[in-house]
Amino acid sequence: MTTEHREAAPPAPSGGAAPRLDKKTTRGSGPAPDPAREKRRAERRSRRYRWDVKYSPYGFISPFFIFFIAFGLFPLLYTGWASLHQVSLLRPNEMEWVGFENFTRLWDDEFFWKALRNTFTIGIISTVPQLAMALGLAHLLNYKMRGSMLFRVAMLTPYATSVAAAALVFSMLYGRDYGAINWALGLVGIDNIDWQSGDWSSQFAVSSIVIWRWTGYNTLIYLAAMQAIPNDLYESASLDGASRWQQFRHVTLPSLRPTILFTVVVSTIGATQLFGEPMLFGGGGADGGADGQFQTLGLYLYEMGWVNRHLGRASAIAWTMFLLLIIIGLIYWVLSRAVSRSSGQED
Amino acid sequence: MRSTVRSNRRPMRRTHRAIALGITATLATGLLAACGGDDSDDSADGQVTLRVGVFGEFGFEEAGLYDEYMELHPEIKIEQDSITENGDYIAQLRTRLGQNSGLSDIQAIEVGNIAEMTGELPDAWVDFNEYDVDTSHFAPFKVDQATDADGRVIALGTDMGPTSICYRADFFEQAGLPSDRESVSELFAGGWESYIDVGRDFKENAPDGVAYLDSAGGMFNAVVSAYEERYTNEAGEVVYQDSEAVQTAWDLSVEVAEEGLTDQQKQFDDEWGRAFANSAFATVPSCPAWMLSYIRDHAGTDNEGKWDIAQSPAPSNWGGSFIGVPQAGDHIEEAVELAAWLTAPEQQAKLFTERGMYPSSTEAQQSESVMNATDPYFSDAPIGQIFSDAAAQVPSSPIGAYDQVIQEGITDGLLLVDKQGESAESAWDNVVSSLDNALAE
Repeated sequence: MTTEHREAAPPAPSGGAAPRLDKKTTRGSGPAPDPAREKRRAERRSRRYRWDVKYSPYGFISPFFIFFIAFGLFPLLYTGWASLHQVSLLRPNEMEWVGFENFTRLWDDEFFWKALRNTFTIGIISTVPQLAMALGLAHLLNYKMRGSMLFRVAMLTPYATSVAAAALVFSMLYGRDYGAINWALGLVGIDNIDWQSGDWSSQFAVSSIVIWRWTGYNTLIYLAAMQAIPNDLYESASLDGASRWQQFRHVTLPSLRPTILFTVVVSTIGATQLFGEPMLFGGGGADGGADGQFQTLGLYLYEMGWVNRHLGRASAIAWTMFLLLIIIGLIYWVLSRAVSRSSGQED
Repeated sequence: MRSTVRSNRRPMRRTHRAIALGITATLATGLLAACGGDDSDDSADGQVTLRVGVFGEFGFEEAGLYDEYMELHPEIKIEQDSITENGDYIAQLRTRLGQNSGLSDIQAIEVGNIAEMTGELPDAWVDFNEYDVDTSHFAPFKVDQATDADGRVIALGTDMGPTSICYRADFFEQAGLPSDRESVSELFAGGWESYIDVGRDFKENAPDGVAYLDSAGGMFNAVVSAYEERYTNEAGEVVYQDSEAVQTAWDLSVEVAEEGLTDQQKQFDDEWGRAFANSAFATVPSCPAWMLSYIRDHAGTDNEGKWDIAQSPAPSNWGGSFIGVPQAGDHIEEAVELAAWLTAPEQQAKLFTERGMYPSSTEAQQSESVMNATDPYFSDAPIGQIFSDAAAQVPSSPIGAYDQVIQEGITDGLLLVDKQGESAESAWDNVVSSLDNALAE
């Protein structure tokens, strides 16, 4: 790309400002140009032009990197440094070196393991149905139909809703005594369920908020990818007598593989960092229910740092989450290589 | 066609560039402003702007106190920053105190957080003794709570929360119990055991679907708060595992939970609020002055005149706040003066009559407007009289930096007993292990 640009816009030997020179001559009003000065100017101009071509791309991307260093890299490193210390939130500048104790203690920390387990189960029961539903919905939306734009916009509205508003509505729906869901269940003779107290019921409830918010987003991503699949594939498949389902399985799914992998990665990262939904579902507390039954890693980190005020321990949890994501990322990377190799063989 | 498109193009591009430039400029100035936000913000004419940081509906602004002060002192301008939840407010305040920047000239401190300020961050706050602020008009326990180990008074009390018992007179009547407030106070007078005994009688003849009290956590709070030593002893050590207060309160709370006297609520959950509207329980065992407006808002006009207020057998203090002046401020003297004025007896009395926040100043408590106050929503109960009687009995207990964490941990344990039917022993083990983890440095 860059070489193309350089070739496309070479500095004209007479200086890059030919049009202006033109104007001057047509008007004929300016003083006669001094050739030596003109030459220096032209040199300066072309030098500037070279610098412009050479360095301005860096200038244009630098805002991202400046912001990344200030708000991404620095906090990351600082958190890593803090995780090796005993630090109180109230006196963040007084650190006491403890080495890796904040990490090793996590090994025996039943609450950490519980939060990890919860994060995992909530991640599974929110991500899997969410992506499956998104795939199905995208397939349906891909058909020619009336008002498809309306459906697409409707799909995206939950994504545009704030977590707070969504969680508030859902925690009302899932209320024990006065919630709409229990009321509906009562109509068919099922007793009130205390959604928030049970292990599975609370995790199911939190997952349902996640599913509601993110299904539409993934649907649109799948839909975009589906529309990029060349129509001839479907035509030749139908000529071969493939049914709609067979078309979906043998044409759509293989073509979507990279997209599916992408959504799985994004959802996994989201699930690992899940925070707002369980917090607001529990009424704003960081304990994730009386028994910590829906406390995720994100909530545990927050509770440790901002409720119990142990910033060092919270930093260690944050870094553990980060390392966990790196491991998950590596697994996906290996998987994606395997996937692309196998799809390459199919082609 | 083509030429028209061409000719349109240039101005379009120029406007694009103008827009892009505009956005960049706005972002840049926004960022710069955010970076340099806490510089002095005085206007040129020598006017001083004081910022007051509070949480929730703190009442100062609502009661018109700022306007009154600005009228008295034309050179002062007061601006308030309010954050709805104290949880968010205190997280921000802690971070800012830690960094010593971004602080307002006056900051509110909830009673649950005052101990961490006196214990861990006393130097971040101005000592009111140094400015000769008169603290003799406050209830003694309120001054004790805001005094650090070196005797510095780092905050001034605003309101306090002397407790009563709120009850539904109509349900008591339906259950065949006396329902006027003198007789009900009489029923409870024997202590919390008698309160629970009344509950057993109530349950026998209770109206359909009405529990005796809201939650086991509320019971715990009511009992534990009346003791002098609760979670932390005089020396600042965490003693909740051996304290008589916690043991007694835990046992009584388990009792009401296991006997099914509660509505199995968690206080301040949305469901708890809705339970008021649905008249799901008959009493609130720990009902401080500030809770009256909560009940009024949630129980709604339908239930007006059905609630009443009885004397608690062992009154205590629940809640209430302080205001302090951070050392980092630019206008410490003006801020101290404003803080002293805001907490002076006259203003505290006004906060009570306007906003229902019970004064922590003894002088204000005895003022006529406070003493004669009644509440029409609560069957015209003489709230001034009831709460000043209660306030006189509030013990001065040492509070520790982790009291709030400990109380929340124990309340969670009681929820396990109350809602999930766990045994008291295993719930207590849960409490201890989770608090061990929470308190470990």
